[in-house]
Amino acid sequence: MTTRYSFGGDEHIFVECSEEMSLDAFFKGMSITNALRDAKITGVTEICPANASFQVRFDPDVIAPDEMMRQLQALEAVAQSAPSSLNTRIIEVPVYYNDPWTHETGQRFRERHQDPTSTDIEYTARINHLDGIDGFIKAHSGAPWFVSMVGFVAGLPFLYQMVDRDRQIQSPKYLRPRTDTPRLTVGHGGCFACIYSVRGAGGYQMFGITPMPIYDPNQTTTYLRDFMCLFKPGDIVKWKPIGREEYDHTVAEVDAGRWQPRIAPVTFSLEEFQKDIDGTNARVMAALNGH
Amino acid sequence: MAIKVIKPGLSTTVQDLGRSGYYHIGIPTSGGMDMLSLATANLLVGNDASAAVLEAVFMGPELEFSADTTVAVTGADLPPKVDGVEQAGWTAFTVKKGQVLSFGFLKKGARGYIAVSGGIDVPMVLGSRSTYALGALGGFEGRKLAAGDVLPVGQGAFAAEGRAVPEALRRAPGAPAELRMLPGLYWHRITEQAGKTFFEDTWKVAPEADRIGYRFKAGRPLDFMPRRPPFGAGSDPSNIVDACYPYGSVQVPSGTEPIVLHRDAVSGGGYMMIGTVVSADMDLIGQLQPNVPTRFVKVTMEQALQARADRRKTMHAIAAYLA
Repeated sequence: MTTRYSFGGDEHIFVECSEEMSLDAFFKGMSITNALRDAKITGVTEICPANASFQVRFDPDVIAPDEMMRQLQALEAVAQSAPSSLNTRIIEVPVYYNDPWTHETGQRFRERHQDPTSTDIEYTARINHLDGIDGFIKAHSGAPWFVSMVGFVAGLPFLYQMVDRDRQIQSPKYLRPRTDTPRLTVGHGGCFACIYSVRGAGGYQMFGITPMPIYDPNQTTTYLRDFMCLFKPGDIVKWKPIGREEYDHTVAEVDAGRWQPRIAPVTFSLEEFQKDIDGTNARVMAALNGH
Repeated sequence: MAIKVIKPGLSTTVQDLGRSGYYHIGIPTSGGMDMLSLATANLLVGNDASAAVLEAVFMGPELEFSADTTVAVTGADLPPKVDGVEQAGWTAFTVKKGQVLSFGFLKKGARGYIAVSGGIDVPMVLGSRSTYALGALGGFEGRKLAAGDVLPVGQGAFAAEGRAVPEALRRAPGAPAELRMLPGLYWHRITEQAGKTFFEDTWKVAPEADRIGYRFKAGRPLDFMPRRPPFGAGSDPSNIVDACYPYGSVQVPSGTEPIVLHRDAVSGGGYMMIGTVVSADMDLIGQLQPNVPTRFVKVTMEQALQARADRRKTMHAIAAYLA
């Protein structure tokens, strides 16, 4: 894993930790961005972690680009000795898989899809050798997912499935992006899941919808009063399959200000995870039940 | 005082110098696309450069004023009219209580900046009054203006009418427009030949050109270096593991039509970028209409910093002239 540094114009440095996605690459980026935040370098204006890379914005009138690059590269060595564990939280996200709204949207943009005769969920189940929609839901919701990036649009999480690489669900993006995606669609592209925080364009496959808002600029949603975006990198997500009845009920409860997501604190160690994936996942998911 | 929107124009939004510090959760910088014109309009009416103004695209709004005030319009050549009487652009003029500000047809450029003494006084959200429409955040109710909206205006300092910015200090794109770009990011993904033709070709602004990004067409497609797709990236040769997109970065999905991300940029995604338009030339993009011929000009970091210094000098000259 060689780190690659590049200037993004006169105001950004772009750092690719690895060309490939892996939790190692994410943790390497997290260690360096944490070290950078702690270093409090004058002139740094934004630090943006991503899946296997990150970006730093700086003011070249305050710190010269070459000096910024030198200081950032010096932090890589410091970050290498950082422990790859974090105190984070697990959030349960209810999902109504194979729902009517993403189904309708998928049909509207069918000619932009690899397989116009099927649906996104059927297609992805098939190319991943899963046993139909039920087999897909089991594989998708069985293990937790790691939030490895927040972005694209406000508050949208990219999630990485916490299983062996050969068990990870993979799917291509639409051949041409859709101009519409329902708000709170659970999507998938490459090896990443996402939740579309707002309605809009998108190219990811659509598998379902959550009744749980994750971005609220008006901050009226009870659990988004402190901050308008729910997710941050390092969060862990457990999908909970729900049906139409529970979906409708949850939407009503959210609107009435009576609904709270299930969230529990949890520690995650990359080393422990790599030694025992299923054991780590079982421990992490048990935290939701108070264990 | 307040401004009543009679006609909203095509897509008129409240903008200021933008918000910083939230890109890591997908909230872009927003703010005026042509920042130099935005700041100039404010200085003309006696505001701080950071006050909120209206950014009108291609077509001006029609606005009724509830009190006497000073107004200035900069940026695109979008002739302002007060009760039908044409006013000079880049010049402060008076609008009296009950009068209507409207606009003639766009003659040049793309975005007009309408500053009012005291500034548009919508609430600050995350440190800025700028509109981020995709996220329904900031500005006037998080959206472009609509007929019937009533915009609050802050308490302004007195600003004399007739003050103007000389032609020489009004920066605008040339013909063809030239955008200086520092190659980098995933530049290594395209062939040497593609790297040459990208700078040789004259591109044209595509119809898909807005505050999120400007798309360009009519240049030769870019060929990619062969590779095995990295895990998680996707199979298209232009795919990368989803990463951050620098403001101003140039992505080329499938190697066909470059897109320069602008003020309401998506903060990241899965398409490789071949470089970044220098900060000094981002203002110029805001004044490009569809079909305008455009060339990308390769520069070094040293030249990018020189361009930045030149732009700052222009801003200082405008401020000194109007002081």
